[in-house]
Amino acid sequence: MAKDYAAIYSDDRWSPIFGKLSWDVIPWYEPVLLATFVGVAIAGSALLWWVTSKRLWGYLWREWFTSIDHKKIGIMYIVLALVMLVRGFADALLMRVQQAWTASGGAGYLDPHHYDQIFTAHGMIMIFFVAMPFITGFMNYLMPLQIGARDVAFPFLNNFSFWMTVGGAALVMVSLFIGEFAQTGWLAYPPLSGIQHSPSVGVDYYIWGLQIAGIGTTLSGINLMVTVIKMRAPGMTYMKMPVFTWTALASNILIVASFPVLTATLTLLTMDRYMGTHFFTSDGGGNAMMYINLIWIWGHPEVYILMLPAFGIFSEVVSTFCRKQLFGYTSMVYATLVITVLSYIVWLHHFFTMGAGASVNAFFGVATMIISIPTGVKVFNWLFTMYKGQIHFELPMYWTMAFLVTFVIGGMTGVLLAVPPADFVLHNSLFLVAHFHNVIIGGVLFGLFAGIVYWFPKVAGFRLDPFWGKVSFWCWVIGFYVAFMPLYVLGLMGVTRRLSQFPDTSLASYFNTALIGALIIAAGIGAFFIQLYVSFRRREQLADVSGDPWNARTLEWSTASPPPQYNFAFTPKVHSLDAWWHMKQHGFVRPNGDFKPIHMPKDTGAGFIIAACCTIMGFALVWHIWWMAALFFAATLVVCIYHTFNYDRDYHIPAGEVDATERARAKQLVETAPI
Amino acid sequence: MNTSDIADHDDLEFFVKEEPHHHSGSLLGFWIYLMSDCLIFAVLFATRAVLGGNHHGAPLPSDVFDIKLILLATFFLLFSSITYGFAVLNMQENQIGPTLRWLAVTGLFGAAFIGLELYEFNHLIHVGASPQASASWSSFYALVGTHGLHVACGLVWLVVLMVQVNRVGLTVANKRRLLCLSMFWHFLDLIWIGVFSLVYLTGVLL
Amino acid sequence: MVKKYIVNSLLILICLFVLGGCDLVVMNPSGDVARQQASLIWIATGLMLIVVIPVFILVGLFAWKYRASNKGADYDPNWHHSTTVEIVMWTIPLIIIMILSGITFVATHRLDPYTPLSRISPDQPVPSERDPLVIEVVAMKWKWLFFYPEQGVATVNELAAPVDREIQFKITSDALMNSFFIPALAGQIYAMSGMETQLHAVINEPGVYDGFSSNYSGHGFSHMKFKFLGFDDSGFDTWVNKVRTTGSRIDEPVYLALEEPSTDHPVVYYSAVSDKLYHNILNRCVAGRGTCINEYMGHSKSKHAEH
Repeated sequence: MAKDYAAIYSDDRWSPIFGKLSWDVIPWYEPVLLATFVGVAIAGSALLWWVTSKRLWGYLWREWFTSIDHKKIGIMYIVLALVMLVRGFADALLMRVQQAWTASGGAGYLDPHHYDQIFTAHGMIMIFFVAMPFITGFMNYLMPLQIGARDVAFPFLNNFSFWMTVGGAALVMVSLFIGEFAQTGWLAYPPLSGIQHSPSVGVDYYIWGLQIAGIGTTLSGINLMVTVIKMRAPGMTYMKMPVFTWTALASNILIVASFPVLTATLTLLTMDRYMGTHFFTSDGGGNAMMYINLIWIWGHPEVYILMLPAFGIFSEVVSTFCRKQLFGYTSMVYATLVITVLSYIVWLHHFFTMGAGASVNAFFGVATMIISIPTGVKVFNWLFTMYKGQIHFELPMYWTMAFLVTFVIGGMTGVLLAVPPADFVLHNSLFLVAHFHNVIIGGVLFGLFAGIVYWFPKVAGFRLDPFWGKVSFWCWVIGFYVAFMPLYVLGLMGVTRRLSQFPDTSLASYFNTALIGALIIAAGIGAFFIQLYVSFRRREQLADVSGDPWNARTLEWSTASPPPQYNFAFTPKVHSLDAWWHMKQHGFVRPNGDFKPIHMPKDTGAGFIIAACCTIMGFALVWHIWWMAALFFAATLVVCIYHTFNYDRDYHIPAGEVDATERARAKQLVETAPI
Repeated sequence: MNTSDIADHDDLEFFVKEEPHHHSGSLLGFWIYLMSDCLIFAVLFATRAVLGGNHHGAPLPSDVFDIKLILLATFFLLFSSITYGFAVLNMQENQIGPTLRWLAVTGLFGAAFIGLELYEFNHLIHVGASPQASASWSSFYALVGTHGLHVACGLVWLVVLMVQVNRVGLTVANKRRLLCLSMFWHFLDLIWIGVFSLVYLTGVLL
Repeated sequence: MVKKYIVNSLLILICLFVLGGCDLVVMNPSGDVARQQASLIWIATGLMLIVVIPVFILVGLFAWKYRASNKGADYDPNWHHSTTVEIVMWTIPLIIIMILSGITFVATHRLDPYTPLSRISPDQPVPSERDPLVIEVVAMKWKWLFFYPEQGVATVNELAAPVDREIQFKITSDALMNSFFIPALAGQIYAMSGMETQLHAVINEPGVYDGFSSNYSGHGFSHMKFKFLGFDDSGFDTWVNKVRTTGSRIDEPVYLALEEPSTDHPVVYYSAVSDKLYHNILNRCVAGRGTCINEYMGHSKSKHAEH
């Protein structure tokens, strides 16, 4: 064994000034990490230098970091998600290489100390810092536009939530170079995550990263929920809301009703680790099973927090590209709500093997299967939207087709896992790993990519290049199947997840195939970034001035691309489902005068500063630097209170400015109108 | 364009000329926040229910609880809710002075509650019922302590609001804040009733 | 090398289509319980295919027929509701899930790991005169300790049982949570410290099978494997005799030494076991390291331990 990690993080080394920090916690002795660090440092400095030399700091600070415009915050969420996707995927590749290597008889290049950090970080990052910011970014950007609002209910809170998410992500990234990350699996089950078995700082990074991001997520959930309830345009009753808005509402209800459970559970784990309490310890009367129950009471709704908005995206895409109203809108809404409610009473299916009685297992198994009914209904809704439609096979529709096929397979294996006796043989196996990647990649991620291609022209004012989009699409889809189908088979061969060593080489070809699949997906990610770059270079040719490049149906397409800061010069009035389609059908004429001043919230840096204080406090707590934690706790409090003394929070965009903006747009529309 | 389209066009307005007045979502949002907070307490209550019996050799609640003291603290907190109610009544009549006075009384009751709670914790730790003593006591401190922490935050908020009302007056924003804090304060009362019955009464009686 | 790699990959892809060609121990096990679990997977898959296959066909069909370039196809932009279709799309999944739920309910009770077996194999009932073989299992950092109360012996990282005799596993852990899993024998169950879970199973064919922990438990997890040996009756007696004659005695000090974390621990035989060792491990009071859990006044935990 290379290094005595226990000694590095031992309490004996604690000092009042630096806590447990010392030079030894920086992984000088790990060539892979050191190279990564040097790479990141060089790239980071280059970026900083570029920003500085272009004198962009002021611009970034004024226009982005302190912005409380829901659109800019939405974009920043998605940028965060993309950055973290690269990190999370790098982890995935490292694991695939290790498994292919050791399954082929090699010794591998990662010892358990590193391998175990990698799979923990991969799971945690992909869920919390890729999927969540992606989804939140989409909801942030689109939902207010879809309901004809100018911003979210609490714009400042929105900015704060975003920076808290960034703070959590930053802590996880810092763990790469200062200290280490948790080696517990992404849900950090005790007793393994307890102080006795994980005495180093890894689990603390995990806890504080999640707690800080979790506060942001909960607040953002409340914010978006109130936005849907309170700020819909006149005439938009609940049953006239776009499906994406419905799923966003459901998803935010789930966030508000589940993230507090995560917060509380992690707090109890924190107390076990920092104060020596006995919630989940083996001794002192603690009960680790309680943690597992509690964490999954959050964890299962979390799956639907991610899944439902993706369903919403597919619904918008299908009806737009089939040029047809969504089939069975009411069914779709009720299916969404049924899933929302049911997702709370199925958590135990994540641990049938814990030994609850047969009746308990049967109840949770059956409850889980019932979820497949509304989910099946949704699939049929999309199918029958295609029926008698006029399907335009643009890229978003590609993703939707791939989703339909892939997701159904994932759903099928999911139902298998819901049968308790079958789960006894499939649980914790690579079959399970294949299943949840099947639904999260095939469902959530495909949905997000469909959404990115679909709404990109709205956000940027130009379309994405279709060629590189198709390359990315095929790489992702083929790569997914090549990477995960072997895992299903391995699961049926009785191979467990989270292994870094394999005693025999009979499994080599499966793991090698999976590695090839992961590399194909890597090409897909690369093609996606190339697509962004190429599209940016070709933005003149790909420009969309109409604001409605796909002949779409919902209100966000009624305004300019990109939308003006105030979204709509006049608040739209809604008469029908698919409001924009209805407006187009009934001779909508753009308002061209008589504009009024528009009441808007003011930007503020408070959110950034408070989140930064929280993040530094989190870092101090990880390393037991008590003075620093106390200082930044106090700073957080002071800035919060100081912020409440600021009553001057909004302003009016003068009518003249609105008029100028709208006139410029009208001119542009006339100039580019087809003759 | 046929005639029916034109008719539709004339009938339907697709935007509103006057900005619709959205009611502030603050109270709804704050209420939703309280529900999410309620879930945190739900977890802590559940934890207490699961672990409450795991004494593991530590002192039994029935031996160390001073129920009379707790009853006194309970009354402090309940009275503080009533006095907050008086503050809100005065607020609605735009009377800054009485509003501030009632808020001050509320704060004093709250502070007295916190004082008694700290005294109790100190006493318990001295007789060996520390958070580390057993799972049962861990769950006790988590639940009661979280409630106490909320009350303490409420106190800070109360003081800040008093300063703000004093400086800016009973503006729309300040009234909204007072109402939010009012919900928070009553919510904590409600939670305390749960704590008192499920932790203290059952601890002494069972 | 590269060529071999590609050939292998192709083989796998073929194997994916012809599942029978691979060594799928989960689908083709040697114990009756695992066999029933495998057949449940087949039944559930079959039932779901009733919906899934039409969906696949419809996806392809609709996509082809209603493509925008096909001017011959119907286009009805306002067709968004059909009571018939809606009823069908809610009821068909509902019926299938009802059937599957029924099967699940019955199977979950029949295959409950805590319940004694109802049969040795499809055509062989459990003989009433023969008690199950009790084996006490302790998951440790990172090895497995097995006690045989009936034989009075113990082993590390090697488990044996006679074929066609019901086995009752009582499972606990010294500290970390693991999952006790022998795919050829039966489904897994968690091993948790201070608690006892149970598994009833039977092995129907002699052989050497893989057993391991399937719940991640720290750095040595990858090596937390053992061999499960299925013997005929005389073979089992021979094995027990071998353990009795080659091993030494395990008592609390020996156990404490064993508790030190280790990976890839060799197989060890113990010819005799000190009194109440498993009981004390379960109740976390080996060598007087504290009062046994079951002796505390608090009841909830010990009740579980005695489940």
